[in-house]
Amino acid sequence: MNLPNLVPMFMTMNLNSWSDALAGWMPYGLPLGLVIIAAIPLVFIALYALTYGVYGERKISAFMQDRLGPMEVGKWGLLQTLADILKLLQKEDIVNRDADRFLFVIGPGVLFVGSFLAFAVLPFGPAFIGADLNVGLFYAMGIVALEVVGILAAGWGSNNKWALYGAIRSVAQIVSYEIPAAIALLCGAMMAGTLSMQQFNLLQQGEYGFLHFFLFQNPIAWLPFLIYFIASLAETNRAPFDIPEAESELVAGYFTEYSGMKFAVIFLAEYGSMFMVSAIIAVVFLGGWNSPLPNIGTVLLNDWTTGPVWGAFWIVMKGFFFIFIQMWLRWTLPRLRVDQLMYLCWKVLTPFAFIAFVLTAVWEIYMK
Amino acid sequence: MSNVTYSIIFYLFAAITVFSAAFVVFSRNVIYSAFSLLFTFFGVAALYVYLSADFIAVTQIIVYVGGILVLLLFGVMFTNKIMMTKLRTDVINMVPGLAILAAVVGGLLTIFYTRADWVTSATQLQGSVVESIGIETMSRYVLPFEMASILLLLALIGAAFLARFDKAHNKER
Repeated sequence: MNLPNLVPMFMTMNLNSWSDALAGWMPYGLPLGLVIIAAIPLVFIALYALTYGVYGERKISAFMQDRLGPMEVGKWGLLQTLADILKLLQKEDIVNRDADRFLFVIGPGVLFVGSFLAFAVLPFGPAFIGADLNVGLFYAMGIVALEVVGILAAGWGSNNKWALYGAIRSVAQIVSYEIPAAIALLCGAMMAGTLSMQQFNLLQQGEYGFLHFFLFQNPIAWLPFLIYFIASLAETNRAPFDIPEAESELVAGYFTEYSGMKFAVIFLAEYGSMFMVSAIIAVVFLGGWNSPLPNIGTVLLNDWTTGPVWGAFWIVMKGFFFIFIQMWLRWTLPRLRVDQLMYLCWKVLTPFAFIAFVLTAVWEIYMK
Repeated sequence: MSNVTYSIIFYLFAAITVFSAAFVVFSRNVIYSAFSLLFTFFGVAALYVYLSADFIAVTQIIVYVGGILVLLLFGVMFTNKIMMTKLRTDVINMVPGLAILAAVVGGLLTIFYTRADWVTSATQLQGSVVESIGIETMSRYVLPFEMASILLLLALIGAAFLARFDKAHNKER
């Protein structure tokens, strides 16, 4: 497909039409379109980690502690993160003498690829999704496994006790919290009857806006929603579940020995997976790219705020909202102890996830 | 995408699978072998995708990478200090090993070539595989499914029993 054919396809608003057209775009026989599709989430993560992630986290923590946060570089310190990135780029690439060189180097890479792969199935709007797999949700949940291996590689490769402890704690935590998270998402999948991320959004479309979201379609849906949100905090190693990088005990956990760009890549991966879990919550329970505004009489708020660009806006905003809550919790709650962490996972979240599963099944079969 | 591109990507994944599997076997360092296994599992998952078995591909990643590989790495990392063993393997019994390998691989390949009855389905796969997997598991294969779940439950109880903090034993000391 050449360029003139591509332009009319941008005009239509069919599902996936943009991404399909882009995938078929092969100037000079080179699959450039596929490269662009892969680059969109990458550019998105980089931009958001720069603008909202790091800067937002520093500003939010500062305001919560009655400070000002970064103020020197640019207006309100807006260019602080750019300056930080420039600094990190210039730093020497240090590999410890006693580190396992190979694992130390591939660790951050595997970690980043793991967090980045899930973006393939994230619907950025009614017309754009990287790959509309019919096992999309299952894939997004399972690909986290790669991150686990990256963390272990980084922790073991550093040849440092803090790093190894941090890695092992982190992996134990991610592996345990996958169970309540998976069961909670299964409740959402039961309500939708599909695993395709784009189908989830289509099923929550409607003129009454947020009333069509699965969270408000079912009286028990808040339970799996809460369980998944708590478990997702643990899966991304965010406070109050940040014992893998507990500063007071382990310096920085599995990335203690990292500096320069490798450190930046680890952070990019962390912010990437923070957005991914937030987007999964948004897609499964809160309508993904659907507008939450209802049509009221002749004021067609829902129709006015629906479309490919609005879709991208809504899903990104819903993601940012949950990231804001994650940051809010981080600067509010104290850290859990290891035994409390395991108690919460196995004796609280998992049984409640099973209860939510059974209740959702009963509701779907008998009540609806 | 053209067929050539598909073939190139297929052979790329096949090469990744074979070479990383070879590295698992030939590496002297057990940790490197375990990490190399990651690429083997991913290559196999990609090959499943080429067979239109996307559900099995994702399950492969969840079970093998998320479960078995992590368990393997944990095992190696935790136990090497207890047993004071070096994380290295030696090549022993080269000749009998090679003989057995040649015999087994040769035998399997001959059987594949002479006996295997490759069935090609006349109808193309339509729609989602996930739904048919769900319906088949809950209807025709419900007994094996339940038996597997009971077996896993037994394993879970057994593991919890073994790992339990032993109060009586501790008092004696």
